[in-house]
Amino acid sequence: MTDLAHIRNFAIVAHIDHGKSTLADRLIQSTGTVQDRDMKEQLLDAMDIERERGITIKANTVRIDYKADDGETYVLNLIDTPGHVDFAYEVSRSMRAVEGSLLVVDSTQGVEAQTLANVYQAIDADHEIVPVLNKIDLPASDCDRVAEQIEDVIGIDASGAIRVSAKTGQGIHETLEAIVHRLPAPRGKRDAPLRAMLVDSWYDAYLGVIVLVRIMDGVLRKGERIVMMQNRSVHHVDRIGVFRPAMQAIDELGPGEIGFLTASIKQVRDTRVGDTITHERKGCEKPLPGFKPAQPVVFCGLFPVDASEFEDLRDSIEKLALNDASFSFEMETSAALGFGFRCGFLGLLHLEVIRDRIEREYDIDLITTAPSVVYHVFMRDGSMRELHNPADMPDLTHVDHLEEPRIKATILVPDDYLGDVLKLCQDRRGIQLDLTYAGSRAMVVYDLPLNEVVFDFYDRLKSVSKGYASFDYQLTGYREDSLVKMQILVNDEPVDALSVMVHRDRAETRGRAMVEKLKDLIPRHMFKIPIQAAIGGKVIARETLSALRKDVTAKCYGGDATRKRKLLDKQKAGKKKMRQFGKVDIPQEAFISALKMDN
Amino acid sequence: MADDRPVGGFGLYVHWPFCQAKCPYCDFNSHVAREIDQTAWARAYLSEIDRVAAELPGRILSTIYFGGGTPSLMPPDTVAAIIERARQHWPASNDMEVTIEANPGSVEAGRLAGYRDGGVNRVSMGIQALNDTDLRRLGRIHTVAEAHRALDIARNTFARVSFDLIYARQDQTLRQWRNELTQALSMAVDHLSLYQLTIEAGTAFGARHEAGKLRGLPGEDLAADMFDATQEICEASGFAAYEVSNHAASGAESRHNLIYWRCGDYVGIGPGAHGRITVGGRRLATESPLAPGRWLHHVGRGSGETVRTELTGREQAEEHVMMGLRIREGLDMARFAALNGAPFGSDRVGRLAELGMIEVADGRLAATRRGRTVLNAVIRDLLAD
Repeated sequence: MTDLAHIRNFAIVAHIDHGKSTLADRLIQSTGTVQDRDMKEQLLDAMDIERERGITIKANTVRIDYKADDGETYVLNLIDTPGHVDFAYEVSRSMRAVEGSLLVVDSTQGVEAQTLANVYQAIDADHEIVPVLNKIDLPASDCDRVAEQIEDVIGIDASGAIRVSAKTGQGIHETLEAIVHRLPAPRGKRDAPLRAMLVDSWYDAYLGVIVLVRIMDGVLRKGERIVMMQNRSVHHVDRIGVFRPAMQAIDELGPGEIGFLTASIKQVRDTRVGDTITHERKGCEKPLPGFKPAQPVVFCGLFPVDASEFEDLRDSIEKLALNDASFSFEMETSAALGFGFRCGFLGLLHLEVIRDRIEREYDIDLITTAPSVVYHVFMRDGSMRELHNPADMPDLTHVDHLEEPRIKATILVPDDYLGDVLKLCQDRRGIQLDLTYAGSRAMVVYDLPLNEVVFDFYDRLKSVSKGYASFDYQLTGYREDSLVKMQILVNDEPVDALSVMVHRDRAETRGRAMVEKLKDLIPRHMFKIPIQAAIGGKVIARETLSALRKDVTAKCYGGDATRKRKLLDKQKAGKKKMRQFGKVDIPQEAFISALKMDN
Repeated sequence: MADDRPVGGFGLYVHWPFCQAKCPYCDFNSHVAREIDQTAWARAYLSEIDRVAAELPGRILSTIYFGGGTPSLMPPDTVAAIIERARQHWPASNDMEVTIEANPGSVEAGRLAGYRDGGVNRVSMGIQALNDTDLRRLGRIHTVAEAHRALDIARNTFARVSFDLIYARQDQTLRQWRNELTQALSMAVDHLSLYQLTIEAGTAFGARHEAGKLRGLPGEDLAADMFDATQEICEASGFAAYEVSNHAASGAESRHNLIYWRCGDYVGIGPGAHGRITVGGRRLATESPLAPGRWLHHVGRGSGETVRTELTGREQAEEHVMMGLRIREGLDMARFAALNGAPFGSDRVGRLAELGMIEVADGRLAATRRGRTVLNAVIRDLLAD
């Protein structure tokens, strides 16, 4: 164990691409924690998807021994936090586990919306914050402007900002010194009952669930029996250690320290982020404050493209759920898509990550239905139901009113694109709450229905701002609004997987856009196909897909038979990517593409 | 010995791969060569006939077809020698049809007569268009005047003459095509092949199309109107379609091509030629190398056939549908069921019949005229798993 005065625990707050992982790599490398030959880029991002997207999904940690200029050796614990709003709760727990943050800002870019969200989390956790201006080796670097922006937008003193190039290593030593001298040491009582916060957990095929903990008070030793205070489950600790970043066993973890434990836990579900761990006997009385169970906010259907893969899909979803307590699922049957699952996610990124993992790690092609939020349906009898799937909308005669979730969205955007961004927010039923300027960039805050954001808002925002706008949001609550279920009928039959909840005032526009899109997405058939949008029994938009008029090969002789037969086989494989609905084949991408709005 | 009668006989296809110039729409196996060793090529074809005949003894040969490339660039002696060698190996049917494809520019009176004297009794001329501007756009090296002259020579030399036209060309209107087709029918002898211009990948047109530089091609509606007009005008002149793109006076259908559409046996020799032969009860698909030099090399070492694949019953059944629905007479449902191991799904057939795409009568299933215009969709539907 290390005495408190020689421990520094810190997180790195940064926007995607501002160089958080590279800086972490440099810190690890320059202290000799990892031999140069073992160094690979972005050491802490373990999953393929994390590497590819340049984001961190699971909290990672590394313990660094650093001999400072004052001659003393310090233990520096870096927690690499998830960098996305979907994982805001996980971030908040990671922040509570450390005392300070490095705020990394790309000196060629400036502050972004996601930086803001995480820095506010750090401020909420009473962190000491050291601004780090990165990428000073680039010609476009403008440290003075960015420092000023940090002071304007975030409101913290940036005069002592450290200028760094994580790429060349310039400023790394200064950063390490600042961690030691500007960040506070942790506090905690060694002789108090054990109180450890569960920061994160994940499944390892050899060791079972690995639990990342921060010891607040007391001492945790190998062989002890511990209790997870939320579900009162008892476990026998069989391993304790720290990450360097490889796992290294140690005998005990004392106050202020960050490390891991294993206790033959089979499911990540049994280890809730934010939970308090204490001893079975002589444990602490009160858990640490702030625990919140994970609450999915975005739901969608996942169906196998090939119906025979349903069991494989079930298997993959169950396995992923073991390792992700925030992901929920239940079986769903759709007339259009057959058997699948209705799944709940923390947000859109979470949805994409899970979907990608199923497709990639389990090799199952998926049809993803339109993401939906959770509506509150108030019945005439005074009861309230949660609606996760538009297909389950109760009969209107029994419904009194509906409420939908709202968010507070913060968008940072250069001046030039502000007009388009405001129009986008207005079009999505937004209410402007704030509009301020920092230099040539505007910060707009909108109250928006989550429903209007879950689908393609972020894509649209990127597109209207040429990629310059950054965006973050937090849920604010529920509000009543005039919402209706819109059905899509193809060839006069309702296609349940295309049903959506829409605001009544926007129903006609949305309906028109959807039937027009579907007209382009569905290939022409040998007969004409009406495509309609309807609310209740009333058709509000209609298109007709005309019948195929000509599709015949002009020349087909003896030398063409083999080629044509192979072409037919290829087309058959393509047809497997279609769903037959009544007499009509609907391509799988239609279920998502139909909902995208171009304006 | 296989009984060829129900499947239209047994034919020999001879591929001559050379052209004077490559046409920008053509995806056939054709090459422009500076010098051709005629003796070596003649020897190679004869050697191939010997090889195949040894495997297929006693079959009654009903057709020979010289295709290309431009086979009317072949020396008449070579053509005569090939016909003679085939007759030596196989008994010929009394009315054996021997066709040669010819380009108007390469036709001389003497040469056509030479082919006739060597045993050719039918010619198929690649006229393609009846105005010079379009002929140039199609990359053809002949003119309309030359086409007329060549056709006159052909008519005077052979009793059976066909010619090809390509329609749905760049900037072509429906009216222009109706006029051109009417004119063509007035010139026609007993057979016409009328192809809609198809942009094939790997051709000059394909590349231009991909680059967005091939303008004025008709959309689907105009193409469909042109196809419909073609059917009407030809029918009214006694040249009803007996296949998607082929029209003939009654009894003047290409017997050789019918072998393909009826899924009969045919031997294919020459670079890139394909064959379908039944040997010992197994139906085989054969292929030869595309490059002329490589083919010649393989023949020199014993066999120009480099790929031989046995077709499964299902594959044969699929070919039966793909080919058989192209012809007006349709296909034999019992033969399909035997090959496929199961008949067509009755609901599928019923639905396509209800939509007016197919007709079922006397154990045969045929595409209607309407069905033929969207035949690819009909075939996909019938053969869906």
